Amino acid sequence: MSAGRRILALHLGVLAALLVLQFALPPYHHTNVARILVLAGYAIGYNVLLGYTGLMSLGHAMFFAAGMYGAGLPVYYFGVGAPLAFALGLASGIGLALVFGLMALRTSGPSFLIVSLMFGQALFLTLLYFNDVTLGDQGFILSAKLAPLELGGRPLGFHEPGVKYNVALAIFAACLAAALALRLSALGRVLIGIRENEERTRLLGYDSFRYKLVALGVSGALASAAGAGYALLFSYVGATFASILFSIYPLLWTLLGGVGTVLGPLLGTALMFYLVDTVSGVTSSYLLFVGAALVALVLWFPQGILGTVRSRWLPWLP
Amino acid sequence: MAAVAPLLATQALSKHFGGLAAVREVSLEIQPGEIRAIIGPNGAGKTTLVGMICGRHVPSSGRIIYRGSEITALRPWQRLRLGIAYTFQVTSIYKGLTCYENVALPAQRALMRGFVSRLVPGETAVAQRVRAALDAVGLADLAGQRADELAYGHQRLLELAMALATGPQLLILDEPTQGLAEGEIAALCALLRRVAEQATVLLIEHNMQVVLALARRVTVMDAGEILAEGTPAEIERDPAVQKAYLGR
Repeated sequence: MSAGRRILALHLGVLAALLVLQFALPPYHHTNVARILVLAGYAIGYNVLLGYTGLMSLGHAMFFAAGMYGAGLPVYYFGVGAPLAFALGLASGIGLALVFGLMALRTSGPSFLIVSLMFGQALFLTLLYFNDVTLGDQGFILSAKLAPLELGGRPLGFHEPGVKYNVALAIFAACLAAALALRLSALGRVLIGIRENEERTRLLGYDSFRYKLVALGVSGALASAAGAGYALLFSYVGATFASILFSIYPLLWTLLGGVGTVLGPLLGTALMFYLVDTVSGVTSSYLLFVGAALVALVLWFPQGILGTVRSRWLPWLP
Repeated sequence: MAAVAPLLATQALSKHFGGLAAVREVSLEIQPGEIRAIIGPNGAGKTTLVGMICGRHVPSSGRIIYRGSEITALRPWQRLRLGIAYTFQVTSIYKGLTCYENVALPAQRALMRGFVSRLVPGETAVAQRVRAALDAVGLADLAGQRADELAYGHQRLLELAMALATGPQLLILDEPTQGLAEGEIAALCALLRRVAEQATVLLIEHNMQVVLALARRVTVMDAGEILAEGTPAEIERDPAVQKAYLGR
């Protein structure tokens, strides 16, 4: 199918461009883009729930934090290696998502939003409450405890920019591939059916609760993969990443880039990151500009950038 | 007639919404292969009754038996998998999706077994099934069109195509001809006769010409109860029916 090839070519092209980009970037932007890639993985996870399934969460930072602490604490206390730490972070996020989903998915719409906010805040406050163990309020640094990866006998430390960038790109690519595969699969079709008309979908033979639970599991997995990756690559673990602000960010990134588009979260994350970066060089009230950007977005591009591009020019864009 | 085991039977089925009894102790039997019409004035409880059969509403009391087993407690998606398909009175389609995608959801479900499915159905098989369902209702040329851009009559037909794509054994249609033009109604009747060769059809309908043309038996409801039941000719002659329809 030419449509399928076109979609594959576009996404592989974006990944290839990102791979090449690292050789052209000056050091400052090199680290920024690595950071953006990991955060975009988080936004992609968020979009699986909001964009494909139609569930808006305001507690997604709990999954990012579950990945971050699930990976960071074993490294800090037991000197666990990076691959195992990453797997533990991922498992924490998926576990939390499923437990949360079994309770919270009894609600939908605004109630789900509130319940997710409550759970998110509960995790944030728990991290602060058990400060002796989590070191939540100060945070902690991993670099001294984390053994470098090895490739053919050569140590690859996470402080090296090349390693940082390429691991970040690998995490992003995995998230992107998962989201694209989901979007184009039979499962993705059902999730979109639930988003568009849940009662109809139930009467067409689909147990919507189970499908929403799967979507939440995937969303939590991607968010926690990003959280674990962020902890390992940027060497810092702290409770601020579990705060409400970190639940709002992926919502903003996704809205900006295009809800329900596969590449939208990357675009939104990159633009918002550089907007904040540029503006905060001039003034400390950068949130004012973020707010203004969002108002403009809602007024003129309610579907986000790629959502608008899709409805005007490229209907095949997934 | 009673010798054949009914495909569907309701036993003293009731539904109360707060203090309002929408359906009161309705016992109904539908034989395999028949086209049954339910008629009655607005508010008679017809939609609520079929809503309980397909699983939209939980009955307040009573039982529903389908192919010899009780399904009263089954959830809507489980009933669909047993072959009970429902089309809404107020069109309920995926307005933001194309006709193809609207029908692909039920088509995919029919090709799946169990939850996510042990084998994800191939897109070619789904496409074939979608094509067949859209062909049956005459919408094949509009497969790529967004559902909310369709004319109202076409939206009704799309809804029917979605039900057909599930491969129903019992097809429940809630006022399928509402809002259709004369010619479209005739075409729909022809289509339903073809469908009835493979499935049992339960039809709520106000248009008496459609009822007379299609139904072998007619059930008349009024105020949540069955008022009369019989062949179309018997129903037309029934004094109680005339009273309910012509004013009391």
